[in-house]
Amino acid sequence: MILSQFIFVPLAAAFLIALVARKKENIAAWICMLASLWLFVVSIIAFFRLPDFGGMIMRTTSGWKIPFTIPLVLDNLSAFMLIIISLIGVISAFYALQYINHFTGRWNFFALFLLMFTGMNGVVLTGDFFNLYVFMEISLISAYSLVAFGTEAEELEAAFKYATMGAITSTMILFGVGILYSFTSTLNMAQVGEIVQQIAHKKLVFLVFGLFITGFGLKAALVPFHAWLPDAHPSAPAPISAMLSGVLIKTLGVYTIVRIFFNVFGAPPVVLTILMLLAVLSIVIGGFLSVVQWDFKRMLGFSSVSQIGYVVLGFALGTPLGILGGILHLLFHSIFKSLLFLNSGAVEYATGERDIRKLGGLSQDLPVTSTTTMIGTLSISGIPPFNGFFSKLVIILACFQAGNPIVGFIAAAVSIVTLAYYLKTLKHAFYSKNKAKQILEKVPITLKAAMIILAALCLVSSLILIPAIRNATVKPIVDTVLNKTQYIDKIMPYLGSI
Amino acid sequence: MTLYLMCFFLFLVGVYGAITKRDLIKIILAIGIMGYSINLFLVLIAYRSEAFAPILKEGVKVAMVDPLPQALVLTSIVIELGITALMAGLAIKIYEKYDTLDITKIRRLKG
Repeated sequence: MILSQFIFVPLAAAFLIALVARKKENIAAWICMLASLWLFVVSIIAFFRLPDFGGMIMRTTSGWKIPFTIPLVLDNLSAFMLIIISLIGVISAFYALQYINHFTGRWNFFALFLLMFTGMNGVVLTGDFFNLYVFMEISLISAYSLVAFGTEAEELEAAFKYATMGAITSTMILFGVGILYSFTSTLNMAQVGEIVQQIAHKKLVFLVFGLFITGFGLKAALVPFHAWLPDAHPSAPAPISAMLSGVLIKTLGVYTIVRIFFNVFGAPPVVLTILMLLAVLSIVIGGFLSVVQWDFKRMLGFSSVSQIGYVVLGFALGTPLGILGGILHLLFHSIFKSLLFLNSGAVEYATGERDIRKLGGLSQDLPVTSTTTMIGTLSISGIPPFNGFFSKLVIILACFQAGNPIVGFIAAAVSIVTLAYYLKTLKHAFYSKNKAKQILEKVPITLKAAMIILAALCLVSSLILIPAIRNATVKPIVDTVLNKTQYIDKIMPYLGSI
Repeated sequence: MTLYLMCFFLFLVGVYGAITKRDLIKIILAIGIMGYSINLFLVLIAYRSEAFAPILKEGVKVAMVDPLPQALVLTSIVIELGITALMAGLAIKIYEKYDTLDITKIRRLKG
């Protein structure tokens, strides 16, 4: 029962908004807020109740046995992703209450927001390849529309670019799913994993690997496939940018890569090598392209490319320490990147300007925003005691431990570059002497509250590194990713015939 | 085998169109062609030679086609409809703003 809520509640809320809240847009905002809050509470309950159910809760729709039904599977990794989605979701919804007043047709925004929520929860929960594709398309179509929400020329252009690339690679993923079905005769992830291990002629599987790496790699914005991200993420309204950069690329990209290649296909070494190559390329190219950006949000977009490289690098190492680093950086990056996007939104709200050359001396006019931006900067560039330091340290140590010192050096060096371009932004926008820009509007209290909560989380989430808390929360997730047969073994007993 | 190769050729036609064409409408059409080729592929997977429609009858055992991919094709057609409609809507709005459908002239974002 608890599993269907994650899909049912946001979907029902989205349709409720479309039905009743067209004229009364404040109701739409509150329905959205309540639904996200509900999901946040339920996801936390699900995470902490999971050990009582032996680490996996499974629900088959309409009571059929596995090959004939679509199973919803909640294990440690899914529960962890659900918490991230609903944490950033609830804060973005809270931020959007006031922020979205600039726009017309606000109920559309909240309905699309909840549909994106539905899609992401579905991707995380499903245990079926085709269903994964369907939920992915739900969240992507809402994301395309939300990128174009302002209907300015640049936003439409970015949305079209995103939609083109997303549609091409979604087709490739469907092609891969078709090939998998043609030689396993099932769409269930666990069953596909088991049958693929027994098949002698595996050449076709490598075609599937290629299609999936391209498809999900584009969703995660790894470097040869990153071109849409710096356009699409800055074009969306700030709470959506926070959602896209903080959660969407991780759910549709990183989570699916980890689930499919680690749990279903058992982490084939050739895939890990390719992923590591793509990750290092992302770290370096994303990092250096950020340095030359003068648009605040565009810089954050390129920085997302670089940081997602760190996350994938951690997983691609395939060692326990590397996966720990990947999981931690996934959580921490979603917190501080959302914080930075919300900050950029607050600056835009107050001054109407995104070019950091035209901003200046905002630290006196916007004390809260400048402080939280400082905290976000320190976190993302890895200054202790903020959370980014610990996850990057774990990843870099894992590189050395796994016998890849060159990769470790690259990761550490680009971390310094990260500090450089964030300090550039901070200096130009907030702490320079010249005051070029007038404050048009005050930043409302709800925007400040959302930013302060995330800034506090930047500090508090470092506590996960304390061994006792780490063993209770993160270690089961690492085991889930690391154990190549656990996912399959736990689902197979549910197999049955008509 | 020939059928599968022709289906893959159709997919490549779609990819070629989506990559090389400069007109927004042609890009949308090319993505549509990619989608059709995948739908065709899914139906081809389900095909069994000299088989019947998958309806079970007591005591009768005949070769049947696989019904699942046909259900998948229906779903994927609906999804493609949604994406095509959205992209066509975006193209109309872009035409209003830029007065052109040529992607070499729609370049206000610097890559």
